[in-house]
Amino acid sequence: MKNLIRKELGIFVLLVVVCAVTAMKSPHFLGIENLQNTAELIGLYGIFSIGAGMVIITGGIDLSVGSVFAILGVIMAMLLNPNENNWPTPLKFLNGSHIPWLVVVAIILGLGTLLGTLHGYLITRVKLQPFIVTLCGLLFYRGMARFISDDNTKGFAEAKGFEVLQKLATGKVGGVPMPFLILIVFSVIMWFVLHRSVYGRHLFAVGRNEEAARYSGINTKRVIASAYVISGLFAGVAGILIAFFTNSISPGLHGNSYELYGIAAAVLGGCSLRGGEGSIIGIVLGTMLLQVLQNLVNLLGIPSSLSFAVLGAVILAGVLADQLLTNRSKKAKVKAAAG
Amino acid sequence: MKILGGLVTPDEGEILVKGQPVKIGHVNDSIHLGIGLIHQELNTLDNIDVAGNVFLGREPSRFGLINRAKMRADALVLLERLGLPISVDTQLDKLALAQKQMVEIAKALSLNARVLIMDEPTSSLTVTETEQLLKIVNDLRSQGVGIVYISHRLSEVTQIADRVVALRDGKNAGDLAKADITHDNMVRLMVGRDLVRKAASAEAKELDDCLVVKGLKTTRYPAREVSFDVKAGEIVCLAGLVGAGRSEVVQAIFGTDSALSGEVILNGTSMPLGNPRKAIDAGVCLVPEDRRSVGLIVEWSIKQNITLPGLSKYARMSLINGQAESDAAVTESKALGVKAPTVETIVGNLSGGNQQKVVVGKWMLQQPKVLILDEPTRGVDVGAKAEIYDLMRELTKQGVAILMVSSDMEEVLGVSDRVAVMHEGTITGVLSQKECSEEAIMRLAVGKVQAA
Repeated sequence: MKNLIRKELGIFVLLVVVCAVTAMKSPHFLGIENLQNTAELIGLYGIFSIGAGMVIITGGIDLSVGSVFAILGVIMAMLLNPNENNWPTPLKFLNGSHIPWLVVVAIILGLGTLLGTLHGYLITRVKLQPFIVTLCGLLFYRGMARFISDDNTKGFAEAKGFEVLQKLATGKVGGVPMPFLILIVFSVIMWFVLHRSVYGRHLFAVGRNEEAARYSGINTKRVIASAYVISGLFAGVAGILIAFFTNSISPGLHGNSYELYGIAAAVLGGCSLRGGEGSIIGIVLGTMLLQVLQNLVNLLGIPSSLSFAVLGAVILAGVLADQLLTNRSKKAKVKAAAG
Repeated sequence: MKILGGLVTPDEGEILVKGQPVKIGHVNDSIHLGIGLIHQELNTLDNIDVAGNVFLGREPSRFGLINRAKMRADALVLLERLGLPISVDTQLDKLALAQKQMVEIAKALSLNARVLIMDEPTSSLTVTETEQLLKIVNDLRSQGVGIVYISHRLSEVTQIADRVVALRDGKNAGDLAKADITHDNMVRLMVGRDLVRKAASAEAKELDDCLVVKGLKTTRYPAREVSFDVKAGEIVCLAGLVGAGRSEVVQAIFGTDSALSGEVILNGTSMPLGNPRKAIDAGVCLVPEDRRSVGLIVEWSIKQNITLPGLSKYARMSLINGQAESDAAVTESKALGVKAPTVETIVGNLSGGNQQKVVVGKWMLQQPKVLILDEPTRGVDVGAKAEIYDLMRELTKQGVAILMVSSDMEEVLGVSDRVAVMHEGTITGVLSQKECSEEAIMRLAVGKVQAA
């Protein structure tokens, strides 16, 4: 526990430093518009990063998220926007249909959950490796997105008939972007789920030592599968928001490599890929740091071609610093015990 | 011990080899000095053959390619020296545990070890295997190898040791010369007091059946059936040699292993098999053999481990009440005498005995009707052993049925009310306390069926 708080504190300090440096170098950083934009991005990325974190805590990984965004985005646009629905053969019956947006939202969230359940089933019941299952998902859903849309970019046009949904996804309340508010709500709920509930403790137990958890009477398969279900559901929520944020979904590119942002945020926030470690606050701080860095690259005029290099270097530095500190505190402990 | 092996660096003090002080900062240093270390947990690789394991990391090579012929020949010499009748080409996973251990010894010898440190080498060996090992230890001694033999098994120590150094709480507790090596002397040094041997409870009164196992078939011995019963307030021990299928039976009862067929009846009602949760809820709990990897989450605190199986008891609307959880853990660990500063102490930092108390503690909070203990005192110090036996007695007074798997003859004879002996997947006989003797158990354990 102490270890986690230290990690959270560490990344928080790093976040403050990066913010301070950016603010000093660029007056735009603290401009209201830039803050709003950054907050919106943090919201969009934070939601699915929490899902990624849940899976990582069980010792697994979910690589499918980016492609899930593509296939859900395409399906949503085609269901909502009558100008866009020219479904391929087996789905032709959907052409010209008018489905209320609330139903569409339910369908999209349901689909996300369903895909997560499928991953969970394959991993816990068929005993395939998480990496393989979700890698196949990454390829398969991307392909299906391109097939369903006939490789055409889909959009929402004027959002006729679902203006409310568009407002919900892209609007602001008191100047705060909706995705950011949704992230706050989700983080609070998930904080209780992960850090205060029986289920959360079981999740950590399973990630730390699956066999010991099983010997303690925990239904480990169900707990592990549930993490993928949560990841799928959150990908559904984030998928809807991201689709409206980009406002056009090009099936080959939409959401490309987003799963890695989620994993990076979770790892930066203290989740261990070995499982059994992590926190909601850490994941949210990790997301913030990634987005602020992205913003820093843009504002400071660093060539955008370098942005990935900056991200990679900062994540590596963060993980390195953490490892060094861990080693040092271990040594100090041994010394204290001897003295 | 780990310091000598070069795994841990010492905080203070010095090591002398042939009168010269030396520094050991790395595994290679100790190898150069002729110190060979045989760990309690074996360090052999199952996917490589015997010769490859003996020369792991030091394969004789030419142009970067392994010189297999030389490696096999050299390994053969070592195996002969140990009198080991196995082929150097055998894949390690085909060998029994005892044979793997011999391979480990061969590896140490191949390094020209002058001092061999053996940490609990017999902890998972059967009686015959142990004798074999002790014979090899004797041979090595006559060949001029110094041996540091770390063991909790006092009968072995009496048998082979020339000198005993007892340690307690990381400090020297005293030495014994050859003539003074007796069971009681050693126990006194280790415990710091005389241990009063507990007499087993008086001959069983008329007790009710609590756990009845009928026709249970495990995956290890699919053609053999096991049937027995444990009465409320009774301690039944499953004895037998390693590999007789005892752990498989208790795992099948608890549900962590699947049972192919059979029935487990608890207080008259049939219990669903293959589901530990249902077993726990019905009142059947298992203290598994391997506490570090399945009995506990060693990275977690005492509190988190103790409350894990019944966490929802301390929760309202699925949210954990931290105070209630802490209180329960504190009460339980005090009751069991777990020696740790607080319940927040990480379990991995506790001694074997205290770890075992934590495992028992987590089941105590579940108020078991049947407590199954698989090798409950393996790797547990003498003091904690006695405490665990006391606790078992205490539980039987409360009407708990106890089923214990044990390979420790002293324990089998000293604690059980009845002993069921297994041999290759079946029960060859059940002995009452009166009939129980080392010879009687061994006879059944090697497969002689009890005369009706």
